[in-house]
Amino acid sequence: MSVLTPAATQEAAAAQASLVHDRASARAFVDAHIAPHANGFERAGLIPEELLAAMGAAGLWAPFLPPRAGGIGMDMVTLGEVHEEVGRGCSSVRSLLTVHTMLAWTLHRWGSQEQRDQWAGPLSRGETLGAFCLTEPEVGSDAAGITTTAARSGSGWLLNGTKKWITNGQRADLYLVFARTGGSIGAFLVPRRAPGVRVRPIQEILGTRASMLAEVSFADVALDGDALVGPGGFAAGMVLTSTLDLGRYSVASGSTGIIQACLEACTDYTAQRKVGGRALRDLQLIQAKVTDMLTDVRAARLLCAEAGRLKDADEAATIIATWIAKYFASRAAARHAAAAVQIHGANGCGPDYPVARYYRDAKVMEIIEGSNEIQQITIAGEAYREANS
Amino acid sequence: MSDHVQEHMLGFVRGRYPDAQISGSDDIFALGFVNSLFAMELVMFIEKEFSVTIPNDELQIDNFRTAQSMSELVARCSPVAASAQA
Repeated sequence: MSVLTPAATQEAAAAQASLVHDRASARAFVDAHIAPHANGFERAGLIPEELLAAMGAAGLWAPFLPPRAGGIGMDMVTLGEVHEEVGRGCSSVRSLLTVHTMLAWTLHRWGSQEQRDQWAGPLSRGETLGAFCLTEPEVGSDAAGITTTAARSGSGWLLNGTKKWITNGQRADLYLVFARTGGSIGAFLVPRRAPGVRVRPIQEILGTRASMLAEVSFADVALDGDALVGPGGFAAGMVLTSTLDLGRYSVASGSTGIIQACLEACTDYTAQRKVGGRALRDLQLIQAKVTDMLTDVRAARLLCAEAGRLKDADEAATIIATWIAKYFASRAAARHAAAAVQIHGANGCGPDYPVARYYRDAKVMEIIEGSNEIQQITIAGEAYREANS
Repeated sequence: MSDHVQEHMLGFVRGRYPDAQISGSDDIFALGFVNSLFAMELVMFIEKEFSVTIPNDELQIDNFRTAQSMSELVARCSPVAASAQA
């Protein structure tokens, strides 16, 4: 039996206290470590290792995992709030968090005990960073059309194909790769260091420029039989659906964070900036824009909270609720980021303010994890189902 | 219990596809209802509604073809349901 000394107890309590466990602690972390440096991350086109390590120390990478797996059992509503706060600070950092979350959660939900034992600890601590590999050079929204293949080879698999626009593809240690397995699609855990994996950084990109995008190709990559995550056949599509659902939730939350960031930047700027001797904030056209930002950020937050609540309750309705939250939040983020640049004028186009970054990042939110047009198909389908029920 | 589960499953399918004319033995895959989104909702509904966890090896297409087969799946996954049927 071990007994903690008072000093060790204090140390453990301090470590616990430094963990991000709610919105307030996430906000404090973001304000200290992320937001002040986000423009620099964008210029450098990467997130520094020091921040990745600090996020691990703060327990940010996979707090939803149960304590035995290295998390704190964070509920989904709180996870959404945390991702909103990170998105408020920097969409590139939030993007890394999103894809890592998708891999870690998929492993937790669908993985075998052996897979969880191997990966959950390093993933929760951020010692192993994950990335999600679905999109291909010729396949985006049409996920069923992917051409990457995983063919049976002895007791394992042989992986071939190319994935593109892979967030954190440059830095991730472990990829969750979706590939055709005969008539179905399977999810495979592929270590970056596996022979045959090639990573080509993508440097020029409109937004989330520090998210370390890459094209990742697989040439006869030999995988063990236990590389497959979750069931095959009919249920394999569920792994993809559920993984994308969580990614969509994170993007919805991050988009809400962008709106909040626009609001804070604009209220700050217009309180100081003067035109004709009057502060911009006194102009009704400015007030109209700020009013819409505040209204929409609250609406987006409520939609995300509802999607999170349904996830925590294991309700199937969470999937549509998440589509709706992401649709609303991403469109509002793009609209308000454009307004934020407009309010800042020429300053909004330069590097001294954050709003140009918000503008670039917000546009990406309308495309990833289901483009707005794909979302309209799904959400309209729900509208007609509800009308007929 | 079996009829109860079947009715719940049929209610869920009809809720999603109000025009569906299905009975407990109809193959919902053959009727063209199922995509990956619906399949995910179906699994979540079963797990939530009947307080069961469906293990990966039970996620086979034949277990979800009909309301009857889903009822049998619930019985296998639930000790309570299994004992109630015994």
